[in-house]
Amino acid sequence: MTRNTSFSFRLYVAGNTHNSAQAIANLAALCRTHLPGRHKIDVIDVFRNPKRALADGVFMTPTLVKLAPLPVQKIVGTLSQTETVLQVLGLEAAIA
Amino acid sequence: MKSSSPLRTKAARKASTGIAGLDEITGGGLPRGRTTLLVGGPGSGKTILALQFLAHGARTRKESAIFVAFEETSKRILANAASFGWNLTDLQRKKKLYFMDAQPLPDLVRSGDFDLGGMLAALDAQIKSMGARRIVFDALDVVLALLPDALAKQREMYRLHEWLLKRELTGIITLKSGGDETHSVNPQPFGFMQFMVDCAVILNHSVALGVSQRSMRVQKYRGTSFDENESPFLIGNRGFEVAIAHTLSRVEFKVNDERVSSGVARLDTMLGGGYYRGASVLITGFSGTAKTTLSGAFAEAACRRGERTLFVCFDSNSTEVIRNLASVGIRLDRHLKNGRLRMISARVITGSAETYLVRIKALAEEHRARCVVIDPVSAWSKSGNDLTAQSVADRLIDWSKGDGTTLVCTSLLDEMSGQVENGSPLQISSLADTWIHLNYLMQAGERNRGLSIVKSRGTAHSNQVRELILSDTGVTLADTYTAGGEVLMGTLRWEKERAERVAHETAETVATLNRVRLDAEEAELEVRLKSLQVELVAKQVEKALLVRTTQSDKGELSRGHTRIGELRGADTVKPGRK
Repeated sequence: MTRNTSFSFRLYVAGNTHNSAQAIANLAALCRTHLPGRHKIDVIDVFRNPKRALADGVFMTPTLVKLAPLPVQKIVGTLSQTETVLQVLGLEAAIA
Repeated sequence: MKSSSPLRTKAARKASTGIAGLDEITGGGLPRGRTTLLVGGPGSGKTILALQFLAHGARTRKESAIFVAFEETSKRILANAASFGWNLTDLQRKKKLYFMDAQPLPDLVRSGDFDLGGMLAALDAQIKSMGARRIVFDALDVVLALLPDALAKQREMYRLHEWLLKRELTGIITLKSGGDETHSVNPQPFGFMQFMVDCAVILNHSVALGVSQRSMRVQKYRGTSFDENESPFLIGNRGFEVAIAHTLSRVEFKVNDERVSSGVARLDTMLGGGYYRGASVLITGFSGTAKTTLSGAFAEAACRRGERTLFVCFDSNSTEVIRNLASVGIRLDRHLKNGRLRMISARVITGSAETYLVRIKALAEEHRARCVVIDPVSAWSKSGNDLTAQSVADRLIDWSKGDGTTLVCTSLLDEMSGQVENGSPLQISSLADTWIHLNYLMQAGERNRGLSIVKSRGTAHSNQVRELILSDTGVTLADTYTAGGEVLMGTLRWEKERAERVAHETAETVATLNRVRLDAEEAELEVRLKSLQVELVAKQVEKALLVRTTQSDKGELSRGHTRIGELRGADTVKPGRK
């Protein structure tokens, strides 16, 4: 993975709930720090778009889906444990 | 449940489960518009019960349903439930039943807190599109386990419960209880759930002496009375079957005056016409006292009347039973061939007493049997079934009566235990309508079979012990003789009979001889009477002749005097004046 790889995220949230707001904030902060200028975030509110949640099989909110680069990965939760998130995204080297 | 009138108002607030026994325990079903918690160990039948509840609602109550599967995939659930014949795929096609696969991926990564908001939003959309009224969350514990702390778990349970109530869905949430802890649910966090919901049902699966026993218990049910006892259940080939002992209100049976033959003419006479239709008959006796023969005779008589009959034998193979009965003139093979009789060797059924009952019920219903023979029912109390066998036997009798089936059970008495007439090992003797006891009588180097009617409700019956005689032409009873306070049977009876016959013949001969002698005497007297009469007549004639002769002599004499006087010219004198 090069330093120029572009990341594409989809974040499923449930309206303005506490957990969802936290997840949005945490993801934004993480991208700012580790992926400046090479990320795309698509936020889907399952309250507004329940059929989408059903079709995509998203039952726990918030859920982050990393669409690119492959493989597709899912992280459930507020993304408050930054280390875990970075590990899953293959960005742990960035911390060091 | 097809509710009878007193239940109708209650039933409106209850959602029928389609499981007759469970509906009966809860007085109509699970609380409508409320949530029921279903708790049980692994393999206790939670998923099946929940699915049956949905399938029943969708099929018969026009209540479409959603199944949220957290643990098993819907594909596997459908495959497992295929054998129950609930037509789930058909319901799915008609959009009456919807499966939501919500299994967390095994490699799911969790970072921080989350909630079920996404799922509930998705469900909202699905409920709206199909108008669902019933919902099941199967194995909620799987999702709860992912939540970081107890507080989060409580919050999500609360969220789910509120969501269900707001939408007035009749819901079941199933939770696993740990391992073999059968009576209590894990204290945390499920205890919280138990307090929250309106109804909680606990499924229990235990093993006693190697025999699997399943039971269920309604732990709570807000706002209604319910049967609080553990009820045995079984997962049969049509799903759940919950056994009810009818302890609360014994079912009213249709009482029948019709009599059915016992298959032994003289036994019918003893019973004043036979068994009652729909009665439960118990035949007790030691091994070899012809219990099977007597029940076989009943089965044959039933088949001859054209009644469909089920014969369940526990001790021996059905072909053996047929062969053995043929030796005493009871021919069951042709009834087996024409389909009236169905014979089941119950040794192939393994499991709890409950299993036997359910299988026998299912077989009897399948065969549309009007008469059922179980030989012997005491086989139930074997191996680990001691506790349940009694209530199973109770329910067997309840069922047969409710169904109007005439039931003949045999019960083996253990010769060693010395129980003779105090009771059969299973105390069904008090419930049975007619109790026939067979016994051996050892006498003069013989062992003969004695039959007595211990009780027979509602019928006048003979109180005499009879001898049961088996021959290759059939079964019959013989009167017994009592001599010196002892009942005579077998050869002794025969000798007594012969002695009486000889005595009778002798008496008859003597009487005949006497009659002949008297006849002769009578004839002789009559002859003598006749000759005397003739003699009498002769004497009378002789006497009359004598009288006449005397008179004429006298006249002649007087006339002679007058003439002499005239001739002599004598004075006329009166003849008396001499």
